[in-house]
Amino acid sequence: MDSIAPVAFDVARIRQDFPILSQPQARGRPLVFLDSGASAQKPRVVIDAMVRCMETAYANVHRGAYRLSELATDAYEAARGATARFINAADVREIVFTKNSTEAMNLVAHCWGRGVMQPGQAVVISELEHHANIVPWQMLRDDKGNELRVCRVNDSGELDMDDLERHLADGKVGLVAIAHMSNVLGTVTPVERIVAMAHAHGARVLLDGSQAAVHRRVDVQAIGCDFYCFTGHKLYGPTGIGVLWARLEHLDRMPPFLGGGDMIASVTFEHSTWAPSPGKFEAGTPAIIEAVGLHAAIDYVTAIGMDAIEAHERTLVDHATARLARVEGLTLLGHAQDRGGVFAFALDAAHPHDLATLLDRAGIAVRAGRHCAEPLHARFGLEGGTTRASFGLYTTTDEIDLLAQALAEAREFFR
Amino acid sequence: MTPSTGGQTTGLFDDLRDLYQEVILDHGRKPRNFRRLEDATATARGDNPMCGDRIELFVALAPDGNIADAAFQGRGCAISTASASLMTETVKGKTAAQAKALGATFRELAMTGTCPDCGAELADEMERLAPLSGVHEFPSRVKCATLAWHTLNAALDGTKEASSE
Ligand SMILES: Cc1ncc(COP(=O)(O)O)c(C=O)c1O
Repeated sequence: MDSIAPVAFDVARIRQDFPILSQPQARGRPLVFLDSGASAQKPRVVIDAMVRCMETAYANVHRGAYRLSELATDAYEAARGATARFINAADVREIVFTKNSTEAMNLVAHCWGRGVMQPGQAVVISELEHHANIVPWQMLRDDKGNELRVCRVNDSGELDMDDLERHLADGKVGLVAIAHMSNVLGTVTPVERIVAMAHAHGARVLLDGSQAAVHRRVDVQAIGCDFYCFTGHKLYGPTGIGVLWARLEHLDRMPPFLGGGDMIASVTFEHSTWAPSPGKFEAGTPAIIEAVGLHAAIDYVTAIGMDAIEAHERTLVDHATARLARVEGLTLLGHAQDRGGVFAFALDAAHPHDLATLLDRAGIAVRAGRHCAEPLHARFGLEGGTTRASFGLYTTTDEIDLLAQALAEAREFFR
Repeated sequence: MTPSTGGQTTGLFDDLRDLYQEVILDHGRKPRNFRRLEDATATARGDNPMCGDRIELFVALAPDGNIADAAFQGRGCAISTASASLMTETVKGKTAAQAKALGATFRELAMTGTCPDCGAELADEMERLAPLSGVHEFPSRVKCATLAWHTLNAALDGTKEASSE
């Protein structure tokens, strides 16, 4: 796809690809969907690919020696190949399909954390993490005693790189696990620098790409990290499928995750041996139809072009930054230099939950609460939560204007 | 609150006035009994982990078993704050059993919008709580309205913690 010259980004055309965006909403208002950071809408090609798989090429994978099973296996493995190309993995065997990115991080905490890291080694996370990149490491700490260190975030919502250096200084850190992009602050973290610093101190790096992989081109080899994960449903794909990428040498050192069918080489009652990666980590019947859907989603965004998507998003971010700043009484959380299309904010006159109810009336879907980042909200003194608008490739500047107008009106309503 | 322009603006949110009645906005902004009770005989904490709402409830039971005083602190949306505020006002002077019965009836009101079993005995109290009945049309907000009452049950039963999840 890279050789094809990118066509101009036409958001009106793109919106036609998403059936839900033309569904009539309550009181005839169009849907203004500003919760793509939680889960994105699905284009027709993804929906069709999954239906087609069930209608024409469905059977269990890796099992049957009949044509349908071979077709399904081919489709499932083709999805792995597309995923590998999407993030520029060196080897298709480095792609492990999981249920979502939460499972991917738990897999690393389980198999790398318990199976490869030494109990004396520490894990460094940061204040801006999603619970999915906090809790598995707490569980590892409580189980095996691995210390958990938390890197600070400055008032702009950027990682405090000096603090990271301090945490790494004693050489005891086995793993740095950090979000590539925050789901609350929008901050994009300096992943190449993180990797360079961590590797210089002998630590491995896991990046939670749940948000980032949706918004910009990811090249795991250029970044140089050790583990990278993302989740299908935020990338315009279906729920039920996520991705763990890890260097083959790491996967080969890791013990299996779950036990069962497909992950073994041979089984006797005395002893079992494991299938090579990635099968070792994919016990049981995988998410076949979802893998096909993810493949279609990857093809879809690749055809539009991740660079074009990123450029469109930059327009949205600039527009939102300027427009939201003019809403009286509104405080934005996070002012990172490098950021993506996620804006969490507090409005002086209205609690986030009340605000979300009001915006819903205006046909605007936003999320209220702490967005699975409770410690981050505590860090900014917003224990009661924030309201969050997050953008997708179908988001328009008009929608951001509607949001800003509705916010101003909501403020009047509660004053 | 004074209506912004004497009425006839067609605001984006006019049809939400049923949910956010004046009483609720007023109690949400200026909650009554919003303080600690130093002589509380029963307390409990209520949490709505989904949205981060949290209240701490204080009840002072008199020797005759009546609720002599009730107060709360915490953080929450207009609906959960107003509900807690109205609750502390309505349960004063009630017995623990009456307060729990009132809570059960209120939960029905919040979930269904009506209260067919409201006996004459509770009619006055239910009328005071009626402004909150609008939440039944907003399933995700019912918990906001009922958090205080779950917490009251926890305080009276001595379980100390309530969650509206
Ligand atoms: C930064 C980040 N990490 C992890 C997750 C978890 O994703 P999932 O729920 O698909 O596992 C999310 C989304 O909820 C997220 O935004």
